[in-house]
Amino acid sequence: MSKIYDALNNRILVLDGAMGTMLQRYNFSEEDFRGERFKDFPHSLKGNNDLLSITQPHAIKDVHRQYFEAGADIVETNTFSGTTIGMADYHLEDIVYELNYESARIAKEVADEFTAANPGRPRFVAGSIGPTNRTASMSPDVNDPGYRAVTFDDLLIAYKQQVKALIAGGADILLVETIFDTLNAKAALFAIEEVKDELGIDIPIMVSGTITDASGRTLSGQTVEAFLISISHIPLLSVGFNCALGADQLKPYLKRLAHNTSMNISAHPNAGLPNAFGEYDQTPEEMQVLIKEYLDDNLINIIGGCCGTTPKHIKLIADVAAQYEPRTSTVVS
Amino acid sequence: MEDEDVTNPTTNNQQPTTFLSDNQQQPTNNRYLKLSGLEPLIVTPETNFINIGERTNVTGSRKFLRLIKEEKYEEALDVARAQVDGGAQIIDINMDEGMLDGVHAMTTFLNLIASEPDIARVPVMIDSSKWEIIEAGLKVTQGKSIVNSISLKEGEENFIAHAKKVKRYGAAVIVMAFDETGQADTYNRRIEICKRSYDILVDKVGFPPEDIIFDPNIFPVATGMEEHRRNALDFFDATKWIRTNLPHAHVSGGVSNVSFSFRGNDRVREAMHSAFLYHAIQNGMDMGIVNPEMIEVYDDIDKELLEHVEDVLLDRRDDATERLLTFAENVKGGAKITEKQAQEWRLLPIQERLTHALVRGIDEFIEVDIEEARLAASKPIEVIEINLMTGMNVVGDLFGSGKMFLPQVVKSARVMKKAVAYLLPYIEEGKGKGSSAGKVLMATVKGDVHDIGKNIVAVVLGCNNFEIIDLGVMVPPEKIIEAAIRENVDIIGLSGLITPSLDEMVYLAKEMDKLNISIPIMIGGATTSRAHTAVKIAPQYRETVVHVNDASRAVTVAGNLLNANKLEYSKTIRAEYDTLREGYLNRSRDKDYLSIEDSRRNKLKLDWEDYAPTKPNFIGAQTIYPKPAELVEFIDWTPFFQTWDLHGKYPAILKDEVVGEQAVILFADAQKMLTQMLEEDWLEARGIYGIYPATTINDDDIELYDEDGKKKATFLTLRQQSQKTKGAPNIALADFIAPKEAGYTDYMGAFAVTTGFGVDEKAAEFEKDHDDYNSIMVKALGDRLAEAFAEYLHLKVRKEIWGYAADEHLSNEHLIKEEYAGIRPAPGYPACPDHLEKNTIWQLLDVEKQIGVKLTESLAMWPASSVSGYYFANPKSKYFGLGKIKEDQVIDYAKRRSIPTETASKWLNPNIAD
Repeated sequence: MSKIYDALNNRILVLDGAMGTMLQRYNFSEEDFRGERFKDFPHSLKGNNDLLSITQPHAIKDVHRQYFEAGADIVETNTFSGTTIGMADYHLEDIVYELNYESARIAKEVADEFTAANPGRPRFVAGSIGPTNRTASMSPDVNDPGYRAVTFDDLLIAYKQQVKALIAGGADILLVETIFDTLNAKAALFAIEEVKDELGIDIPIMVSGTITDASGRTLSGQTVEAFLISISHIPLLSVGFNCALGADQLKPYLKRLAHNTSMNISAHPNAGLPNAFGEYDQTPEEMQVLIKEYLDDNLINIIGGCCGTTPKHIKLIADVAAQYEPRTSTVVS
Repeated sequence: MEDEDVTNPTTNNQQPTTFLSDNQQQPTNNRYLKLSGLEPLIVTPETNFINIGERTNVTGSRKFLRLIKEEKYEEALDVARAQVDGGAQIIDINMDEGMLDGVHAMTTFLNLIASEPDIARVPVMIDSSKWEIIEAGLKVTQGKSIVNSISLKEGEENFIAHAKKVKRYGAAVIVMAFDETGQADTYNRRIEICKRSYDILVDKVGFPPEDIIFDPNIFPVATGMEEHRRNALDFFDATKWIRTNLPHAHVSGGVSNVSFSFRGNDRVREAMHSAFLYHAIQNGMDMGIVNPEMIEVYDDIDKELLEHVEDVLLDRRDDATERLLTFAENVKGGAKITEKQAQEWRLLPIQERLTHALVRGIDEFIEVDIEEARLAASKPIEVIEINLMTGMNVVGDLFGSGKMFLPQVVKSARVMKKAVAYLLPYIEEGKGKGSSAGKVLMATVKGDVHDIGKNIVAVVLGCNNFEIIDLGVMVPPEKIIEAAIRENVDIIGLSGLITPSLDEMVYLAKEMDKLNISIPIMIGGATTSRAHTAVKIAPQYRETVVHVNDASRAVTVAGNLLNANKLEYSKTIRAEYDTLREGYLNRSRDKDYLSIEDSRRNKLKLDWEDYAPTKPNFIGAQTIYPKPAELVEFIDWTPFFQTWDLHGKYPAILKDEVVGEQAVILFADAQKMLTQMLEEDWLEARGIYGIYPATTINDDDIELYDEDGKKKATFLTLRQQSQKTKGAPNIALADFIAPKEAGYTDYMGAFAVTTGFGVDEKAAEFEKDHDDYNSIMVKALGDRLAEAFAEYLHLKVRKEIWGYAADEHLSNEHLIKEEYAGIRPAPGYPACPDHLEKNTIWQLLDVEKQIGVKLTESLAMWPASSVSGYYFANPKSKYFGLGKIKEDQVIDYAKRRSIPTETASKWLNPNIAD
């Protein structure tokens, strides 16, 4: 575990880019998603990207490999929706443990290949823990603001299972990401702490929130500062933001974050804002310019990409990050 | 912002080999208490005293207890809001009452607060003597709250267990000065218990000391009992000791307790609260539970009253209590009026009041205001269309500019809904029964919870006599379809705010098409767009799909979709979207491209080992002059109608409801002219074709030879460069011809045909008579015949001349659908946009000399009614679009063609990616 701290001391670490964007290129069919194992499953499985860790593991490994080749130090497991809550849409609650375990295992396998090839530069696997598709502090029903589609306890149970499986599968880090509702994230952090106690282990945690719009708040309404305060009770490897915005729109919020904490800062923005078709147009070159501005401003310890980013984006980001020292937060005025 | 000393490992050369503990991780010199609701609250030494609102406490407020018991949560929220508006920086919430289900009440109330951004912006204090109520509260607060309280009352083990949980939930904590033997009521007991608690928390639990807030017990003074004389003074002293000896810890307390003896005499109470706070703050108390409406400004307290009060608080005289009680008799009543100044907005004009209510999400007065607006309006509907929409526009602008955020907007929508609900009966009354303008199903698609826009549209439509069936949010496609059919709706309105919703809409359109449903769809929501609707959704569905930009447009659109001219409207929309789509597809760019080398590596690899090319029956070039009448049966009429801007497939277009009549007339005229044209020999068909041995070299070039193997020509093909989905190749036409390495000879052909000689002359004759109609007609027919000639010749080549498909039997319909083997792509078209290739064909077949067709400077063929192209016989060959190519291929291509790169760029420009 100390290796990641050593690495963070020495350089800016690079996180991988989008998994979904890469998987889209495979154009997997319903049959591909099902594989042999779920051939006769009574419900549609197309679109369940997490499942591909089991049914198309070579594709997932290939994406991990491409990101490591591009210069990533850390890849995220393909487990963004890997909780019983997320998998309920597909009636696949029963395979959640296996799904997380396998996802971590195959990512670790690829990471180990790269580490073995260059032991001086160890590669890491971050177990991706998504927000689930429900919010614990907002009601989906305008007319019933007191209603909650998911509770802290529901989330706690689901996250504990995911966390245990990710750790067992070999994740080096846990990454609670795309936090649009801080209460969901607090449940995830609570779950991690419980698992740590139960297993008698320690594991570094990265936390990454999401600022959803021009108000500069999370979907659940918190400001950058309030978000930071709300997740600071657990020792963290890093705190940062990802998704929803491109690197340029995200920058003011990262600055505010950096201004208020001495923790390591991470960012994995989208490749710009989606166009009218939900596609991301920002080229690797364009994104590199924006990331360079982060680095010029001494904002970053861990940098990567979210929606729409590809190994090319990560390569250029890694290239430019290599030319800078990690963020130091000696003075905060 | 505060200064931070930092223990970032990168700055102090520390090489941590183990995981950092809490204490190591926190910067040591910056141990400020940091709390949060939706916004942060950071308690620094410079921070003034923190007011904690006390009215949302069932033990302290009878009104609040009643509201909670009767589940009048809206009014209960008003109590909370009044406190925040009145300056409370934290609100204390307590549901400890024997008749209440405390867990339920705490959960419900905190959930409701979470939906009220103007309350939820401050942190909450979860106040209970029951651990399960505290834990219930912690489970529903996203911010960093304060737990009030834990203590050593039930022993150390319990204390530690609870403290650990509080820490894990991410809250600060109030520790009561209470232990196994009871509540601390002296100075010594206070500091002893606080010290013990502090040490356990910091050393055994690892609790951040700045998150510890002591409550050293504020007890009533002036009770008449001797042992209470020092109650206030001991509190002050203990506070001072804590702040001096327990680093970073804070001190709080429930202030109103102190004046318990003076219940009913608000003036004295207010003075006492202020005086108590003044001294407590001097000693280091930095927060407290206070009713902000029950405090007097210290300096404004009547000097005589103040002296009497302070005598009691500071235990300055033995008779202090008696003196104050006597004095209090004289100052009874007359509590100052601090009724919410916040209500000043009630004096504003009606529109401003409505806007204020919408922007702030206040529904308290909405019905009164709406009634006033209704009486002033000429029709009830105007209140919605004018007054409420004005307010909602302000909301929209504020949201758009980031000055409001989602939860606030949701609240505005709720006020809007209430207002509309109030108006509906009046609107119904005005419009009479059974006059529904149509049934509209509204739904936010699967996976999306946003429905503000949808609700507004539903409201506006509802107000315009449309009957609304609202399926709510996160509605799966099956449910939408099922409800649409069951309810027999006229329109389906789909809404979504997040990007994946776009795909859901596409999916739904596809499903509906599959099921032969013919209900028009309206698309709306923040991420939707006219472009997306045109390009992605509309093509999936045979019925009309129309994007609605905002609620104000919804009524017009829905009206158009259902009124008498709906077919015309649908056509217009479809045509508009077709144009938009074509425009988009032409300019859209793939964002990822391969280098030309990588594209070649990913070329289409046909199995050349198992392929045996059909040796053509004829090798060389040959002219052909069919009778134009022979070509008529090969005409594809659909493009003919397109020339006249009539869209639809032939022959269905002749029966089209909108353009059918026009099409029939046009077609009759065309037939008439065609007959005359053939009878009077207006035009002549001339063609030439050639077939040669061929082989692909260097991936992209095709060399053609004569029968002796002498090179006759080289065709340069262009290769797709956009990043393909996994497994899909980057194709060039050269991939359809066997490469040299295959070890055998393949074949390739080329052709040029025209029916244009005579057309221009005839057209000029008509023009002279100002007969544009027939001038266009003759050109259009000439073009059709040239295409028909190409089709005719291709058939002959396949079946006889080359003979690779000798036993093919296809109708013209199948020919139009290109169901034959092999292709005849033309330079200048998607598979090979390179017009320069025409030069090569002209040289190879000596076209100009043989049949008279010339190439203009811009490489257009003259006469215009001409077609030229290649023949590929391989059954795996297919039409494709080159798409955009990159600069590297342009440079490579220029070299191969031996022309300057600028010249190549000029010719290929429309296909070069930017």
